[in-house]
Amino acid sequence: MKSAVLVFPGINRERDMARALKLASGKEAAMVWHAETALPKGIDLVVVPGGFSYGDYLRCGAIAARAPVMDAVRDFAAKGGLVLGVCNGFQILCEAGLLPGVLMRNARLKFICHDVHLRVERSDTPFTRGYNAGQVIRVPVAHGEGNYEADEETLKRLEGEGRVLYRYCSAEGVVDEASNINGAANSIAGIVSERGNVLGMMPHPENHVEDIMGCTDGRGLFAGLVQHLEQAA
Amino acid sequence: MKARVTVTLKTGILDPQGKAIEGALKSLGVEGVASVRQGKVFDIEMAGADKAKAEAALKDAADKLLANTVIENYRVELL
Repeated sequence: MKSAVLVFPGINRERDMARALKLASGKEAAMVWHAETALPKGIDLVVVPGGFSYGDYLRCGAIAARAPVMDAVRDFAAKGGLVLGVCNGFQILCEAGLLPGVLMRNARLKFICHDVHLRVERSDTPFTRGYNAGQVIRVPVAHGEGNYEADEETLKRLEGEGRVLYRYCSAEGVVDEASNINGAANSIAGIVSERGNVLGMMPHPENHVEDIMGCTDGRGLFAGLVQHLEQAA
Repeated sequence: MKARVTVTLKTGILDPQGKAIEGALKSLGVEGVASVRQGKVFDIEMAGADKAKAEAALKDAADKLLANTVIENYRVELL
């Protein structure tokens, strides 16, 4: 799996992401500056990492979404290329129109930085095949604006088409109000695009991939992507 | 030419920041506040004197960047 990690001013998780990608694929990820107008050749996966691009000015992800490199990402996605956006990356993908909806201020207004449990809703996608459907994984979140909202029709479509891949839940896998840390509609933590090749999620799977991190539940996502690409090849 | 673009949340969109401001106003003893919704104001200086052109450009700016039309409305005024 050859990956490209986008780098915007104010992003701070690009190294964690590159490390997780290397661990899963054995290959060094290409770091791609936001002012580039093309992606490196032969890329299988584009990752938009987390952080605070442009200091979250205007709206989270709004300015990064209009950076030159995003046109190349849009073309890549339109051809079916895999795109993963984590945290600020999810916000950027929504602002860029690659995913529907918007990430609003957390319902209780606080920045949340701790581990959460996620229920993997299905296992038959490139982004979840490293897990079992219904499996509960533990990964960290760190965000102030992760409250996913979309209009009713969009939510209905997302649910009807099985495009919610990750949902906030309790340690036992129960989706309830208490485990919905940021007030997201339907406890949504991660969704895919209509074609299923673009995933945006608020939690950070890249931060739970090595024993020293205290948990390796995030590995499945990256391992699944590697497996998917090997099979496609 | 001076212009102002005002961006506000659409009705029905939850506004936790507005709610917090509303609570703070009430605790300050400001009377008669029923509810608060917060938004953004952009004061923009436009070059040139063509009003119609300026208005079209500002609408373009609002659609492309200043507002997220999924959740926000905007209003363009030439001052």
